[in-house]
Formats: sequence, C-alpha cells, structure tokens
Amino acid sequence: MSAGAWARGRAGVALGRAALRLQRLRSEARPPHAPSEHLGPPLRIAPRTKELVARHWLEGRYANSQHKVAWVTSGAPVELLKALDFYVVYPENHAAICGTARVAVDIASEAEARGYSRDLCSYARTDLGAAFSGKTPVGRLPRPDLLLACTNICQTVLFWYRVLAHHFGAPLLLVDTPFVYHDEAPAHAIEYVRRQLEDAVPLVERVAGRRLIDADLRRVARLSKQASELWMEVMQRNRHRPAPISAIDQFIQMAPIVEMRGDAVTVDFYAALLREVDERIRRGVGAVRGERRRLLWDNLPIWYRLRYLGETLGAQGVALVASTYTNAWGELAPLIDPDQPLASAARTYIYPILNRSTGHKLKTMLSMAQDYTLDGVILHSDRSCKPYSMGQMDQRDRLIREHGIPALLLEADHNDTRCFTEEQASARLGAFLEMLEARP
Amino acid sequence: MSALCALGIDVGSTTAKIVGIDSLGEIVWHCLEPAEPRVEQQVGRFLSLAQDQSPDGPPLPLVATGYGRHLVHLAARKVTEITCHARGIFRELAHGGTLVDIGGQDSKVIVLSARGDVVDFSMNDKCAAGTGRFLENTAARLGIPLAQMGPVALASKEEVPISSTCTVFAESEVISLLARGVAVEAILRGLHRALVRRIVAMVRAAGLVPPLMLSGGVAHNQAVCSLLEEETGERVMPALHPELTGAYGAALIALERAATPGPAS
Repeated sequence: MSAGAWARGRAGVALGRAALRLQRLRSEARPPHAPSEHLGPPLRIAPRTKELVARHWLEGRYANSQHKVAWVTSGAPVELLKALDFYVVYPENHAAICGTARVAVDIASEAEARGYSRDLCSYARTDLGAAFSGKTPVGRLPRPDLLLACTNICQTVLFWYRVLAHHFGAPLLLVDTPFVYHDEAPAHAIEYVRRQLEDAVPLVERVAGRRLIDADLRRVARLSKQASELWMEVMQRNRHRPAPISAIDQFIQMAPIVEMRGDAVTVDFYAALLREVDERIRRGVGAVRGERRRLLWDNLPIWYRLRYLGETLGAQGVALVASTYTNAWGELAPLIDPDQPLASAARTYIYPILNRSTGHKLKTMLSMAQDYTLDGVILHSDRSCKPYSMGQMDQRDRLIREHGIPALLLEADHNDTRCFTEEQASARLGAFLEMLEARP
Repeated sequence: MSALCALGIDVGSTTAKIVGIDSLGEIVWHCLEPAEPRVEQQVGRFLSLAQDQSPDGPPLPLVATGYGRHLVHLAARKVTEITCHARGIFRELAHGGTLVDIGGQDSKVIVLSARGDVVDFSMNDKCAAGTGRFLENTAARLGIPLAQMGPVALASKEEVPISSTCTVFAESEVISLLARGVAVEAILRGLHRALVRRIVAMVRAAGLVPPLMLSGGVAHNQAVCSLLEEETGERVMPALHPELTGAYGAALIALERAATPGPAS
C-alpha cells in the first residue's frame, strides 16, 4: 500500500468518525419517540449502536490502505485474525444490513443473473451479488486478502467462499468443525479442530506479514469472552417482567458482538447496554407496554419486517423476549479460556447451535421457555437457512404435544422479500395470538 | 323469524357471507355472494340488507373475519378465520376434534379441545394447491358445473393419478390427459384424490384428533367427503352450513361481546 493512500485513508476515517460522532450527539439530544403506542421507549443506546456499526463500515471503505482484510463466516474463530490486526468483514452482517435496508433482493439478483439459484441462501446470494457488482449500502467493501470459512454454521459456506476465493484471487482458509451429534463433541473432533487452528497460524501470519504474539491472542480472547458474557447478561435480564429489551431490539443490538467481537469498544458497548437495561428494570420499563404474553423466536430474523413483527405482536401485548439466534452469541462465552486461546477456541467453535443436533435445539428451546417463563414459540421456517430450519416441524410438534407449549411455524426468508407474504403471515400470526389469548 | 341480535361477516377470497343470529345464537338470516373487488361497497350493501331485517332496532353488534376483515370498518372486532371457524363448528356440532376448512385460497386444519378451544392449527403455505380454487379452475377447464364435480368423480370406477398438486400445473396436466383421450370422470376422480391427499398431509401434520369435521363450501362436494374418509379411515362430519361456518362463528363472538360489554379491541 502506498504512503499517499495510507494518509488519505487515515484522513477519510478521521473525518468520517467526526461526522458520525456529530450525528450521534444530535440524535441523543433529540427526545426519543416511541415507534408505536404499543411499544416501550426506544433504547437510549440506539444512536451509539448506529455510530459504532457505521464507523465499522466506514473504516471498511479505507481498510485496504490501513490493514490486511479478511472476509469471514459468522462463526469463524476471528480472535486469530484480530490478534494480527486484520480488518474483518462479515459478509453475513453486510447481507443483513442489505436486508434491513431492503436492497438485498436487488443485490442478490446480480448473483442470480450469473446463474446462482434462488434456492441458495439469500445471504450467500446477497454477498456474491455485492462482490460481483460492487453494490452495497455501506459505501464500499474492502477487497479481502484472506478468506476464512468455518463450517460450524452450514455447509453452504464451503462453496460460497470458494466462489469468493476464485473471484478475488485470495487464499481461502477452511476450518472444518465436525457436527456434534450427541451431547458432547468427541475429544478427537475437538483435537481435529485445534490442530486445524494451529496449522492455520503460518498462513495467517504470512498474509498478515507479521508474527502472531501469544499475548495479543490472549488479550483478544479475553475481550471476546467479556463482550460475550455481557451480551448474555443483557439477554438474561429478560427473565424480568416486563422484559426490558425485546428480541427485536436484540437483533439490532447484536451487530457488535458478531462483527466486532474481540475489540475493546465492544466490551464497553455491552457494559453500557447492560447498565441501560438494568435501569429499565429499576424503572419498570418494558419493551412492550402492558406485556401480557412472552414468546421465543427461533431462527434468524426476517430482517426486512422487524418493525412489522414488533408492532403486530406489541399491539396484542405480546413481547418476543428471547431468541435462539441472539442467544447463540452469548451461550458459548463460558467456553472461551483466554489463557488457552487456541485450545478453547476449538471447543467454542465446535459447539454453536447450528453445529449440533435438532434434539439439542429442542432442549435449548425448552430450557429457555422455562428460564424466561414463556407462553409460546414462533419458529421462523427460513427458506434460506436450511440447517436452522431442519427439524423445526418435529420440534414444533414436540413442544406442543409433549410439553404443552403453543408453537407456530411461520414461513419466510431472512433476506429475500419474495418469500414473504404479509397477508398470509398476518393470518397465521393473528390466529396464533388469538389462540394464546384464549388460554388461561 | 326471531329478531336479529348479532351479525358476523366473512369476507373471503371467493365469496362474502353475512350471518345474522338471534339471542339464542341460532342462524336466522344470511346472505352469500361472490366476493367483489370493491369490498367496502359489498359490505355496505350487506349491512343495509341486515338493517332491513330489523328496521327499527339499534345497530347490531358485528364481528368481521376473512381476508377482507380489515375493510369492515364498522366491525367492533376483527377476528381470524381460525378462531371463527372453531367457534362456528363447535356451536353446530358440539365436539372437539379436527376441523378441516377448505376455503377459496387457503385450507386450514384446526385441532379443537373438548371445550372448543383451538389447540393447534396448520394452513397451506405459499400455494393454492388443496384449496377450493384448485377444483374451481379445473371445473372451468372441463366445462363441468362445480356442483356436478363430486357426483361425476364418484360415478367413475377409473381413476388417473394427477401428479401435480399445483393448481396451474394440474390444469396443464388435465389438458394433456384430455388430449390423450382419457375419460373426464377418471380425471376428475384423480383430481379429487390429489386435493384430498394434500389436505390429509396437513391433517397428519397437525395430528388427527377424531372426529374429522369439515367446513367451507367444498364440504358440499360428496367426492371430497368420501375420499377424505377413505384416506383417513375416519368418518367425516360436515358442518350444517359449511360455507357459513366462519361468518357464524364471527356472529357468535359478536353476540358474546354484546352480552359482556368491555373495551373494544
């Protein structure tokens, strides 16, 4: 990278950060207004979240002149890269931003026009479409110097990242995490992942152009652990009635734990969020006014209909208080051991919910139903996310028949608006809520 | 005729219905028309017809259901078809069990407790296979009156399998079968089988709790009833007024609300 480009990049980031800070201060000075008469006041931290996420993507615009850049899957052992000062892009997060901005279908069409089937994950299509066309709502995505795909979320990433490697001519590092069929992963499977992580170090160092320092890796692992623990605490505060932070809010507030895991600023952010949530509890402020029923959400959100869902449920006094999806970014915190960063990463990254059996997911839902005193479950049958949706029909049946927990299967897609029909979704949601209402 | 005490409107995708009930919850008046694109006008006409039934009385309590329910502005409450069908059938047959409602653009399977509460339900998704529209389309294509579809299908001993459950593709399949000289009766029987199997898959997904009850205009079709019994091994109990079940349930809810006044929701 040239000195000129580096200096221009530094200046661009500094200017952009100042503008975003100003924007945040202005937002904070304005009195917050509730998005709906049925919902509680918005979180005061929202402008800070917006600033943090916008700053991350702003830095991305200039990242190629400042850092080595890696594109990684959401469940990738990112600590290794953070310790070597990589700027990390999460294509799934970027795709979710495209989803909430309702530009995902336009961008995905760029991939579809090149022959990628609509049966593929809409995150993959959105990402590939963005890579092929350069279209993005975040300004510009930096070119990757390295690609890191971990199979703990799905097998699609194997092929998706090969396409990216081919397109960008960047090396692809693959971490294969064997599926956990039973309660515990076998020792040899964890050892297999650990060896892959160790074997990855020379390649990552070569791309980074520097040696990995153990102390840096431990520091990043500690920050990851602290942020994940704080996030888990935030979610667990929803054991209170009324729930202070809805799962809809969590879908937004989870952005830093995914894409800025391992950064000090992320720890500070979740500490501040926890303080705000505690203050809400003290003041008796709920995410939904007059909360009457509490539900669990399973699977990814429907990014382009978050507000619709929140308001539809809120109007009936129903709060989404927990989700298996947001929970996934906190539940593994105890496994992270900063003193043994690679060995503990092998355990942490083999155990995400999507790398475990459908029976395990059912157990997780049942335990959440008890912890959060839930009245029912909405299972989003997500056309795009096959591993998450697989088994939901059986999970639903068993929730109802064996545990007496009402459950609804709602068909949609996390990013592709063409797979969502509001009229049909409303009919199902409406009937489900009436059914809950009639229960004693 | 006893005095009207409450009204229920069901604005569906194919037909619009209004039911008036007396103080005992018995149906004393109803009107059924093909659904019009200008829902509000049609609803206005229905309501003035209802007013004609009791010209001197106060405005009657009204609950709306069906896909067009949000356009019934005078309704005190809008309730989904699931709840209304459950309420209507429970009043008519006084039974828990499994209700199949085959509507114009969707079919529903509703599991009712012994007290008549909805325990679970499932609906067809993303596709109109297994709905009344499936039969309507093919009836039009074959030039057979809708009311004759069932008897013609049952009269046939032959049956050709229809592999497509998609309403549009099934139509193409029917055309090619006709072109190959296959008898209309055998095609019709195959079509009914395809529809019923699609419904039975939904029934099994929701979990069949006997008895099996049937509502929606398709319940008049004997072939559907008979094949449903054959496929499930359960006797089918059709609703007394199958096409009015949803509107009837809505009227019963309106009557109940009028008896226990509370905040409108």
